[in-house]
Amino acid sequence: MSYIEIRNIFKIFGPDPKSALELAKGGADKDEILAKTGNTVGLHDVSLSIEQGETFVVMGLSGSGKSTLIRHLNRLIDPTAGSISFGGEDILAMDIQTLNAFRRKRLGMVFQRFGLLPHRNVMDNVAYGLEIQGTARKEREAAASKWIERVGLAGYETKFPDQLSGGMQQRVGLARALTTDPEVLLMDEAFSALDPLIRSDMQDELMKLQAELHKTIVFITHDLDEALKIGDRIAILKDGKLVQVGRPEEIVLKPADDYVQAFTRDVNRARVLRARSIMQDPANQKIIDQEHPVVSDDTRLEDILPIILATGKDISVIDERENLVGIITKEQIVQSLSL
Amino acid sequence: MFPEQLNVPLGKWVNQFVDWLVINYGAAFEAFADSLLTVLVALEQVLRGAPWWVVLIAIAAITWHASKNWKLVVGLVVAMFIIGTLGLWDKAMQTLALMIVATSLSVLIGIPVGIAMAMSNRLRAIMLPILDTMQTMPSFVYLIPALMLFGLGKVPAILATVIYAAPPVMRLTDLGIRLVDQEVLEASRSFGASRKQILFGVQLPLALPNIMAGINQTTMMSISMVVIASMIGARGLGEQVLMGIQRLDVGAGMEAGIAIVLLAVVFDRIGQAYGKRSQRKPHAEDA
Repeated sequence: MSYIEIRNIFKIFGPDPKSALELAKGGADKDEILAKTGNTVGLHDVSLSIEQGETFVVMGLSGSGKSTLIRHLNRLIDPTAGSISFGGEDILAMDIQTLNAFRRKRLGMVFQRFGLLPHRNVMDNVAYGLEIQGTARKEREAAASKWIERVGLAGYETKFPDQLSGGMQQRVGLARALTTDPEVLLMDEAFSALDPLIRSDMQDELMKLQAELHKTIVFITHDLDEALKIGDRIAILKDGKLVQVGRPEEIVLKPADDYVQAFTRDVNRARVLRARSIMQDPANQKIIDQEHPVVSDDTRLEDILPIILATGKDISVIDERENLVGIITKEQIVQSLSL
Repeated sequence: MFPEQLNVPLGKWVNQFVDWLVINYGAAFEAFADSLLTVLVALEQVLRGAPWWVVLIAIAAITWHASKNWKLVVGLVVAMFIIGTLGLWDKAMQTLALMIVATSLSVLIGIPVGIAMAMSNRLRAIMLPILDTMQTMPSFVYLIPALMLFGLGKVPAILATVIYAAPPVMRLTDLGIRLVDQEVLEASRSFGASRKQILFGVQLPLALPNIMAGINQTTMMSISMVVIASMIGARGLGEQVLMGIQRLDVGAGMEAGIAIVLLAVVFDRIGQAYGKRSQRKPHAEDA
């Protein structure tokens, strides 16, 4: 069983969720249910398994239910039907005290428009989670200082949110979520409100942090490039239904339907595809020879391109144990980029 | 003509109800009135007993604390001084005491009710028409039963003032809390804040500018009630206006009217300064 298990979640907004739920379970779609009952289907039979330590991205356009989905994980929204568990613990069974304790100790959340407390300075915002837990001032400010410095905001402790740029405010949001040392980081379109350059910086920073911290991250985005960049696995949501779940390469190489395909059309393949997904069987070549350049099987295509251009030779691909697992030829590269 | 058979004897019922209240709970009302009166009389004694310059210094200090603006301090002290030069100092202090008690009572009742209205849509739906009634019902209508329950004088005046002046602080407390950014609330909940922690740590601080505006309006409305209050025996500036009307002494009425306006201006400016301060301006503090 996975760390976070989401099983058959339905969420229906409206005056009469019960009858709408029956229709939804019977297979009626969103528009039909809205027309018949006046209820809006937010999530339609969504099941996901999220592993500990992975960065799991949920991608979808507005109205796809992705923000609704992430709010189920800390029960800011309760489902109409279905079950959610963390490490085998059923979070829907928790009463409000247990739930608050669970939110305090184990979850951190980062919001699209930052959700900072405007009447508190950076220090007090970052220390907020610990303050809620009742940690002594000295202790919580020590922890907060560490994270303020870690996200590059040392010296800004006494500034207020409205004195900071968007990128800086989201660094405060990230520091605030990390200060309680949660197991799970929920990020709701955390970088969507930022300028493209700042956004890219923040993505790099998050990946750097994650390489050290190994948190379980659930990241919501409407941007497929962002999803492909930071996600270990990606779930694609449309009209409240799960369309596809898979590794970035699977999404790009084997889109489940036309909807996903339409998304992936403009993706920079060189950045997404890795050696293992474009190599061919090294049947006619048994050993790694000195003539050919060698890359590991998770090297990105964009890093392989300069090598093959410089040497003009086929490339040998090896796995972690340095066994030859495949070769890549120029023709394959051209083919994989032009699909 | 509207058919007489359909007349509802509401008036008679209300009379019976008030009689019943007076007979059965008269003692309780009197005890409540006495405790309110004790507070008011003590405050009045302090204000009237204090030398005039002490009061001026107090006003100056409060204004400075609220605004950090010496021009405003000078302006408000001059306004109070003019009330003195009109020969109405003592009456102004009586009015001031009445106003402070009525406003405090309004705020004490109004803020918790406003919070409750923000928490419950049902309560809000019930309260809104009641608040409309409180503000539009002619004061004399409830002054009469108040007189019967509490007797002539200051207590029914305070009560009438509270009924008229409490709605704004209730409405604006409710509004202020409802206007708090949903995402900030979600953030607070996502960190596991309890309802109490959310109310005192997030909702009330962020609603403060609106609540301050409500308190300011409540203060202004309680000043505007002083003339009516004087008709049921509350002393002070209103009494002077009433006397001016009764004796056709336009000058005396005018003097008292000006004093009321000046008092209102003083409290409005102080209230506004506190309201502005509650909308923290970090950039200004930096400069």
